Amino acid sequence: MKETPLSNCERRFLLRAIEEKKRLDGRQTYDYRNIKISFGTDYGCCVVELGKTRVLGQVSCELVSPKLNRATEGILFFNLELSQMAAPAFEPGRQSDLLVKLNRLLERCLRNSKCIDTESLCVVAGEKVWQIRVDLHLLNHDGNIIDAASIAAIVALCHFRRPDVSVQGDEVTLYTPEERDPVPLSIHHLPICVSFAFFQQGTYLLVDPNEREERVMDGLLVIAMNKHREICTIQSSGGIMLLKDQVLRCSKIAGVKVLEITELIQKALENDQKVRKEGGKFGFAESIASQRITAFKMEKAPIDTSDVEEKAEEIIAEAEPPSEVVSNPVLWTPGTAQIGEGLENSWGDLEDSAKEEEDADGTDGAVILGSTKMDTGVEVSNIGSQDAPIVLSDSEEEEMIILEPDKNPKKIRTQTISAKQEKAPSKKPVKKRKKKRAAN
Amino acid sequence: MAGLELLSDQGYRVDGRRAGELRKIQARMGVFAQADGSAYIEQGNTKALAVVYGPHEIRGSRARALPDRALVNCQYSSATFSTGERKRRPHGDRKSCEMGLQLRQTFEAAILTQLHPRSQIDIYVQVLQADGGTYAACVNAATLAVLDAGIPMRDFVCACSAGFVDNTALADLSHVEEAAGGPQLALALLPASGQIALLEMDARLHEDHLEQVLEAAARAARDVHTLLDRVVRQHVREASILLGD
Repeated sequence: MKETPLSNCERRFLLRAIEEKKRLDGRQTYDYRNIKISFGTDYGCCVVELGKTRVLGQVSCELVSPKLNRATEGILFFNLELSQMAAPAFEPGRQSDLLVKLNRLLERCLRNSKCIDTESLCVVAGEKVWQIRVDLHLLNHDGNIIDAASIAAIVALCHFRRPDVSVQGDEVTLYTPEERDPVPLSIHHLPICVSFAFFQQGTYLLVDPNEREERVMDGLLVIAMNKHREICTIQSSGGIMLLKDQVLRCSKIAGVKVLEITELIQKALENDQKVRKEGGKFGFAESIASQRITAFKMEKAPIDTSDVEEKAEEIIAEAEPPSEVVSNPVLWTPGTAQIGEGLENSWGDLEDSAKEEEDADGTDGAVILGSTKMDTGVEVSNIGSQDAPIVLSDSEEEEMIILEPDKNPKKIRTQTISAKQEKAPSKKPVKKRKKKRAAN
Repeated sequence: MAGLELLSDQGYRVDGRRAGELRKIQARMGVFAQADGSAYIEQGNTKALAVVYGPHEIRGSRARALPDRALVNCQYSSATFSTGERKRRPHGDRKSCEMGLQLRQTFEAAILTQLHPRSQIDIYVQVLQADGGTYAACVNAATLAVLDAGIPMRDFVCACSAGFVDNTALADLSHVEEAAGGPQLALALLPASGQIALLEMDARLHEDHLEQVLEAAARAARDVHTLLDRVVRQHVREASILLGD
């Protein structure tokens, strides 16, 4: 289905927030979302979660004959698919532009940077080479697909083990995983893409845009680097005009980010290696935690509660004391009681009789009380048994006769009137509205 | 190719140029009579042809029309005989699609699309011989074609490629230098303001050298601008002579 357009209010809100250096999820301008890497049971399968964006990567290999002009090199094949489950806008026919862009960027980042040693994939020169195929599937789209995909691709490649092969003269023996342990690929370096989103003609820049920010951005700059601070790919897209120093600044930021992410990847790979060696449980079933409260295992939320008490005390100290509204229950008849006053009567709101500001708060309070009392049907039944003259009228005059059925209600009236008088001064903006209604 | 020296000790490249030298650029505007604008450019051995139609009514679905701007539609095609080995698919493969998207991005930024709402501008680029720097040649040809069509632009869009060998930045790479596998940068620049419309880089380059390479590419793009400017003025002079002004 077609993508729901972003409303102008939301667009303006996002842009204003960015101008004030605030992001909706509370991140700083150069902060990444939480990256979580989990591995499947097979070698070469991994899921990377960048915030809510989720990409699944799977590596597979096959013995094929090599390309004619590169007889001694293996073949690397990358494919990113935008699954229809990722976003409602992704449909089989509609995705071409985005798909081409992402695929080409991934190809250039991973193939042209020569992160995998293709010569080591050669088995028999000119006849048999390994074809390594990396398939990436986007499972959930919450912005910044390219970063998540590049991390997934490189992690899957690092995790993958290909079957061992030995060549003796003309004989090529392919060992199954049971006969000989599979062999990891030889990877020179880990290129990681870092995305920068530009807003307001390049004035503001954000790292790792989420889906909303991507919708309002002017353009994107993607820099792929490895931890040795070598730039593997730069790609600017969207209609932005960059300046040279902006590009240089972004490359510095990218260097820092890539170091952090590379460390995370190494740690994740080591953990998985350890778990497999110790014979523990591994795979998606273990690592993908359920988000429901009723699940057996739930992830800890990364909230810092160290100074919660101090913050709470500060907030309490600065806040106003809550207004005191005392309502005692009133028993009208057996079986009918009233606590508080209920909602105000909003009849006649549409009739815009513009009354001037009144001075007396007291009358205001009293009049309001009268109108709410009219609501409760109970008093009407009590009227008949009263002594005081009661005038019920639908007139829109200011003067209203207050029903005084019992002693108790009188008490309450005074109480609540005083309460209202207390309340009224502190609720200045609401006052005018009440007065209008009081006219009815 | 292993022992090929891209930069000799005396500072000469494979084709005898110095590090910052461009190849010979020859260009001609108004090559086709049918099209609104057309241009042909030769950068060394790289030959590119660009044709512009527009602004005209949106073809295809009316829904694609933008209410406040013109739609820029770019298509890139490289002839099957353009490379050393015969290519199987002239267009429709991923690389051509990507080039088309990049050209579109470049020209959407440069053309004053607000002046032609609800219309479409088509730019078709054909590469006849690819000897390195195809993107740059396409952008330069397309700029001339758009100027020939009389479509208002913010500024010239001049592009050039750059590489890095032996601690020196090379400008305007040829195919031999590109195939050697070193870092390659393609830059499209609006010369007056120095704004970069498109930046694309491949292969590993250390961050410290980035500035040097960017600078070399920017300088080369400005040189291209001088040449293109001369071509446009020459063309206008010839056209006005024919009109009898």
